[in-house]
Amino acid sequence: MSGHHDDGHTHEQSEPEIRTKALESLLVEKGIISTDEIGEVTRLYEQDIGPMNGAKVVAKAWTDPEYKRRLLEEGTSAIAELGYVGAQGSRIAVFENTRDVHNLVVCTLCSCYPWPVLGLPPTWYKSDAYRARAVIEPRSVLREFGTELDEAVEVRVWDSNSEVRYMILPERPEGTEGMSEEELVGLVTRDAMIGVTKVTAPASAV
Amino acid sequence: MANMDKSADRQISNMPEEAELPRDNGELVFDAPWESRAFGMAVALNESGKYEWAEFVNNLADEIKSDPAEERTYYEKWLHSLADLAVERGIISEAELDQRTHEYATGARNDDDH
Repeated sequence: MSGHHDDGHTHEQSEPEIRTKALESLLVEKGIISTDEIGEVTRLYEQDIGPMNGAKVVAKAWTDPEYKRRLLEEGTSAIAELGYVGAQGSRIAVFENTRDVHNLVVCTLCSCYPWPVLGLPPTWYKSDAYRARAVIEPRSVLREFGTELDEAVEVRVWDSNSEVRYMILPERPEGTEGMSEEELVGLVTRDAMIGVTKVTAPASAV
Repeated sequence: MANMDKSADRQISNMPEEAELPRDNGELVFDAPWESRAFGMAVALNESGKYEWAEFVNNLADEIKSDPAEERTYYEKWLHSLADLAVERGIISEAELDQRTHEYATGARNDDDH
């Protein structure tokens, strides 16, 4: 975003943009934080965390049975294989949604969340309503997210805590057999990895 | 970065509802590069121990409350809270921030030329 143009005019910058620049320049000049540190924080939040990490884990499990076995057996280390490592001491366990079993994640005590794979939790995840109702009436909660389950499907609710966080491996949708791992990543949503929705195939693939 | 993970996990992911970060499918949303710089500065200053995250969040929540008509964007309020806190902590003075802002605005200072 250069302010330098041949005609001598400066690129029109908004007031907050200029003020941000001024603040950064002062903080750097005083040696309080460096430009690199600011960039590192931003990069970490913008690119390295967020549901995209979880989506990559899911797509790999869908296409690599051996990886899937490791993931379900010991989530933390299988997730770490892809470079996603969380705060010390908190494990991530992964449960698979199938035709017969639907898993759902909640944190009834506070808002524990598998941060390294899913990023920041959604507002509703932290709401009192979700925390209470996910355990008492999970089917109604799921219905509100548009997830209709057959009566025969068993619903399991997993209550997170500071030692173990949960992530759901959604069922791979039918009609995606021809899709590559990379294409599959784009289908996986945050909500499906919390277990409130299913992953759906793109219209063109069915 | 284990340290950063931990505080980020606990604090940034637990922002009070009235000060929630703008997001899309869980990913942070920045409408302009300056917004992500302002975000990065607030987190980096907290990481370096200049203030508690809760103090920043309280300021931000107050800013948001003071603008019910939402005449300013989320990150305009974020920046305002951040600058106020930096002044309050004696990290910078208001006068030097105004001065530097003026220098950039008028083109008297232009880092892009380097």
